[in-house]
Amino acid sequence: MTINSIWVFAQASNGAPTSGSLELLTKARSLSPQVSAFVGADASAIVGTLGEYGATKVYSTGDLAGKLPGVAVSAAMKAVIDGGEMPSVIFFPQNYEGRDTMARLSVKLDRTVLTNNIDIADSADGVVVTTPIFGGNTLVNTAFTGESPFLVAFRPKSFVAEASGGAAPQVIVAPVGDLGSQGSATVIAVHLEESTGPKLDEANIVVSGGRGLGEAAKYSMIEELAKLLKGAPGASRAIVDAGWVPYSYQVGQTGKVVKPTVYIAVGISGATQHMVGMKGSKNIIAINKDKEAPIFGIADLGIVGDVHKVIPKLIEALKSRG
Amino acid sequence: MIPGWVRAKPIGNNVGMNIVVCVKQIPDPATPGSLDSATNALKRNGKLILDESDGYGVEMALQLVTTAGEGEVSLVSMAPNGEVSGMRTALAMGASKGVLVSDPALAGSDALTTARILAAAITKLGAIDLVIAGTESSDGYTGTVPEQMAELLGLASITFAKKVIVESGVLKVNRQTENGYDEVECPLPALITVTAGVVEPRYPSFKGIMAAKTKPIETVTASDLGVANVGWTGSSQKIVKVVQAEARQAGQIFEDDGESQGKIIAFLENLKVI
Repeated sequence: MTINSIWVFAQASNGAPTSGSLELLTKARSLSPQVSAFVGADASAIVGTLGEYGATKVYSTGDLAGKLPGVAVSAAMKAVIDGGEMPSVIFFPQNYEGRDTMARLSVKLDRTVLTNNIDIADSADGVVVTTPIFGGNTLVNTAFTGESPFLVAFRPKSFVAEASGGAAPQVIVAPVGDLGSQGSATVIAVHLEESTGPKLDEANIVVSGGRGLGEAAKYSMIEELAKLLKGAPGASRAIVDAGWVPYSYQVGQTGKVVKPTVYIAVGISGATQHMVGMKGSKNIIAINKDKEAPIFGIADLGIVGDVHKVIPKLIEALKSRG
Repeated sequence: MIPGWVRAKPIGNNVGMNIVVCVKQIPDPATPGSLDSATNALKRNGKLILDESDGYGVEMALQLVTTAGEGEVSLVSMAPNGEVSGMRTALAMGASKGVLVSDPALAGSDALTTARILAAAITKLGAIDLVIAGTESSDGYTGTVPEQMAELLGLASITFAKKVIVESGVLKVNRQTENGYDEVECPLPALITVTAGVVEPRYPSFKGIMAAKTKPIETVTASDLGVANVGWTGSSQKIVKVVQAEARQAGQIFEDDGESQGKIIAFLENLKVI
């Protein structure tokens, strides 16, 4: 065993820990009894839940006062490490704040980073992480060979979050300190996109549209179908880049990772970038006019046809079921 | 911070913009990737092209310089085999010059080493106002190099920019978040990463392509930049195993006969989700 203690970079959303934070805590406590959550915010509202999922200690920076987490949380982490704490591994979620924080910290600590992972093991080869490449067709196992702490980022939904019923953790204040000019970026306004219905990465059914829809206005078919199925609408990167729908709809390597019971891909050819984000779905239905489209290689039910004909008929049929 | 680098013009000099764009030259994503059987590194030995996600940064930089009225766009890139074709594409779009770090010793470099190399290359370009990079490359997609460079250069940074303007030396960015976007401000100099779609990259004109052939690209090695411990030797990670993932089995594929909705509904009913 080379792992002693583990830190998890934990985040909150709407007063609760994010699902990703709980997934990482669950995995961390399977590798070590000493798991700390490191929160780049005032952690008081989420401390209890972090404890239930395995954190025995919570480091809290307090409110960041508009500073971006990358520069601020990495500075707070460095200060705790300089103070004598030495985690074996630090887990980060593969998202904006996680990536920025681990990048800044890697320079401060002079440590390599391994990102986009889906698993970690403490083995005879040392601490080894698993990374899917080429759209998940190939898995690479990489060992850290330098000195700890090892910095690792995991893709969402790599682990299943399970509460352990742990007690309330000890809370330790981890101040950010003076960031100098590096900390001069400041958030002056926050804009939230309205969304109704289930969240994309939590929905039981996801209906995603791609370039095969032909034009932005046709995306309304996707929204209608998703609503009828009590699911969430999603999108390929192509139509997000084209500005048809907001980024928050994007499923794929650089978007959300979804694993619903049913994933319905409408007019999506199945670029590697997209498949990485949805191939973990339990059942996949694909509708596309090109029978050579890669998406049919992973579909449980494939319909080779014009989405502008198939989808309106499907919507009508679902409506008539009542 | 890298010593001896004067990173910005004197305070109060808000005239013009000197921007460095980090560009990566990658194997054509249209051709399937493969790993070198000896080293397990991603094969990058064929013809390389400009990473599509870097076209947005080049375009953004050109527009900011145009708005500022003066200044120039420079490029930095790292490639093990002296490849410049991707950089020429960016020069054809309108960038003025480039620094290419090319050195066989660089093969196998990890993200932190890559950031060290690029940061050192940037310091060769003199005083700059802004560094722009993509959010992640389309081949390796580690996604940490720009933020590591910001830390090495002692710069403030705003990642995942989906809208960028500069007013009186202040950078104003709409930064992508999980649930929308934040408005973030920061004085220059700074580093930003830009998302795909932030601007529409221009196609190089014929005139641009011809001009690009004679624009200067300075080629340097890691040791020219004073960066040691690069490549496989400087990397504190080691690939121990590569395995094929369990393939997902394809199911039933039907040509639409006008009644496909029935098949889809039956499929959903069978799963008891409707």
